Amino acid sequence: MFYREAGQYKTSYAADQALFPILQDRIGIAAILLIAFVVVPLFASDFLLNSFLIPILVLSLAAIGLNLLTGYTGLLSLGTGGFMGVGAFACYKLTSIFPDANIVLLIVVSGVASAAVGSVFGLPSLRIKGFYLAVATLAAQFFLSWCFIRIPWLYNYNVSAAIEVPTRTAFGIPVTGPNATSVTRYLVALSIVVAMTWVASNIVRGRIGRTWMAVRDMDIAAELIGIRLYRTKLLAFAISSFYCGVAGAMLAFLWLGAAESESFNINQSFLILFMVIIGGLGSIMGSFFGAMLIWGLPIVLRAAPEFFGVTVRAATVEHLQFMVVGALIIFFLIVEPHGLARLWQIAKQKLRVWPFPY
Amino acid sequence: MRLKYLVLGAAVGSLVGASVLASRAEAQESIFVPLLTYRTGPFAGSGIPIANGMHDYLAMLNERDGGIGGVKLVIEECETGYNNAKGVECYEAVKSKKPVVVNPYSTGITLAIIPKAAVDKIPILSMAYGLSASAVGNEFPWIFNPPATYWDGLSMMFRYIGGKEGGLDKLKGKTIGYIYFDGGYGLEPIPLLEQFAKDYGFTVKKYPVPPAEMQNQSGLWLNVRRDRPDWMIMWGWGAMNPTAVKEAAKINYPMDKFIGIWWSGGDDDARPAGADAKGYLTLNFNGVGTNYPAIQDIVKTVVDKGKSQTPKDKIGENLYNRGVYNSVLIAEAIRNAQKITGKKVVTGEDVRRGFESLKISAARWKELGLPEFGAPIEAVSCTDHNGHHAAYMQQWDGTKWVKVSDWIVPMKEKVRPLLEAAAKDYVTKNQPWPKRTEPCDKST
Repeated sequence: MFYREAGQYKTSYAADQALFPILQDRIGIAAILLIAFVVVPLFASDFLLNSFLIPILVLSLAAIGLNLLTGYTGLLSLGTGGFMGVGAFACYKLTSIFPDANIVLLIVVSGVASAAVGSVFGLPSLRIKGFYLAVATLAAQFFLSWCFIRIPWLYNYNVSAAIEVPTRTAFGIPVTGPNATSVTRYLVALSIVVAMTWVASNIVRGRIGRTWMAVRDMDIAAELIGIRLYRTKLLAFAISSFYCGVAGAMLAFLWLGAAESESFNINQSFLILFMVIIGGLGSIMGSFFGAMLIWGLPIVLRAAPEFFGVTVRAATVEHLQFMVVGALIIFFLIVEPHGLARLWQIAKQKLRVWPFPY
Repeated sequence: MRLKYLVLGAAVGSLVGASVLASRAEAQESIFVPLLTYRTGPFAGSGIPIANGMHDYLAMLNERDGGIGGVKLVIEECETGYNNAKGVECYEAVKSKKPVVVNPYSTGITLAIIPKAAVDKIPILSMAYGLSASAVGNEFPWIFNPPATYWDGLSMMFRYIGGKEGGLDKLKGKTIGYIYFDGGYGLEPIPLLEQFAKDYGFTVKKYPVPPAEMQNQSGLWLNVRRDRPDWMIMWGWGAMNPTAVKEAAKINYPMDKFIGIWWSGGDDDARPAGADAKGYLTLNFNGVGTNYPAIQDIVKTVVDKGKSQTPKDKIGENLYNRGVYNSVLIAEAIRNAQKITGKKVVTGEDVRRGFESLKISAARWKELGLPEFGAPIEAVSCTDHNGHHAAYMQQWDGTKWVKVSDWIVPMKEKVRPLLEAAAKDYVTKNQPWPKRTEPCDKST
């Protein structure tokens, strides 16, 4: 009834190609942004910001990065954790060399280092496909993890082999380190994620995204219609790694405040891959859903017993949470193998005809 | 129809929620002591006994004495799984409840929250783990790592080795193997080890164990067999320890030349290899066994009443008693804070002062019902947040740990300059680092 586009005429190409062609969607996204930028910083607690919202933003960005590669271009990668690590360590090196530079800028620039490393490890994708490529990216993961311990220059010869994030500012306000308030860090993370999501959704709708999808659907056919495979695939690796690198830098600088090789291990890669699969392959929206489900649900589950005044031992909650999340993942995949993004689409479709379904 | 149920359900749910919130809102005089523990994940083998020990001693104080100074302790565990992200989440979760101290129980988590501690005014107790440099109180007023740092531990091992070899100068030309957890924890002793190698003229062979390969060390031990080091030193944790002990026994490495740090000395670390592990040495700074009145009180007032998760036969094991030791430090710091401030319900700021002037004399250990349980804590001060206290060497006799040395004092003169340098290095790398503003108490 309310969610209908009837009567909304598009009178120009620009209107037809808008990111949100339907008025209701525009209102919805404006409301979400308003809540995220204004309401949340005003009312959210430190815990909600630090342990729930900032992680979800960071992981969503990483999931978008992997989604560009795996969901849109069809190249399976298990190196996400490593690429995130490259971003984090690059940002750390950059801020040690240029301590007075705007840290927000450095976080975004550190994605470039990650993109370079990503393209190098993307080279085998020209030759190998599917599971074989997954194994090649797995090698990238292990190699990068090894570098993060074995090259002490990366962590400034710290005895603990960890990077500890110093206080850094942007426009005179501390953004990272212990003196940065969680609201500042949240707003910076949110701005980066919103901007990069907007760029990503335009990339995938445009020429580049279409070539990626053509390659994903059938690479021989794509080649026949004149798409240069190696450029397309390398570009996918580079852009995907750029996103992962920025997410990694955000993880170290805006979320944890310290990181070591272990923070970017194979489990991190799997975590992001699960987010992409559960959220929906080939969907930007799905990346957010996946991150919310995989990171957010355990936190909600952990807080649930206490909220209802039931005392359950911390370890028991942990075990229960593993079981519940595992069961839910299986449930969602059975109900909707195409991920939560598909469920969302179905819901929207239902909403259009509500309350008179046919 | 459906809608009706939904509305009904929502109404009932909100009622329950509201009543729960109301019941929790009752104020109560108490001291909140969160325990960051890990009973799950690959490090649970080491984490469970420690979690039990920490919890049981504090619970015993509640049951036997009604808390500390008449104020009940609220003990809450938060599961970290030895994972940094989850540990930070736990820290954020407990922060709002005004904890008087936080024990991260993981070097990685400690590193992540060190810079936050000064901002949040919460003292961090990282007992003989974490950042060694945080012993420098002038730079790290909120971090405490008694009774000894890793570098102290290494120097104590060398005192022991020197004793066995007939002098440290006899090490010239020998080889010492160092097998370690390939992460912050295991990397920390390396600078001092290399300095020792230079000072005493031995060669160091390093055997890193990556976290993912903790249970797969056979290849590495083949290298050990080839290199034939005269002594082996281990910095291991979790599943890495029992694997290393088993592998060492398998290649017939002389176990009485194999020394672990205090975190490699759990009963479950040596037990899987059984009689083959006989002779394996580790450092320790807490007594083992149940033969202490305070541990008997734990059995009587907590474990027998079913208020603990500890299986009765695990009480008195090394890592369990390590947990008890940790809680003794917490409890004594709180007590000291009450004494200094005259307040009953102390805050994190007060407990920080309590830690800075923490003293546990031999007589006090006895008074606590733990005679000879640990070396007297007497050197923690405003500038020295560690104290560099003594530890002893213990040996596995096939079924249990036996004390085989007296208290060994660390080489403070070698360790302290390194610590000062490391602290300075940390501070320069983390500029701007806040200057210490907290005044020192007179009593220290």
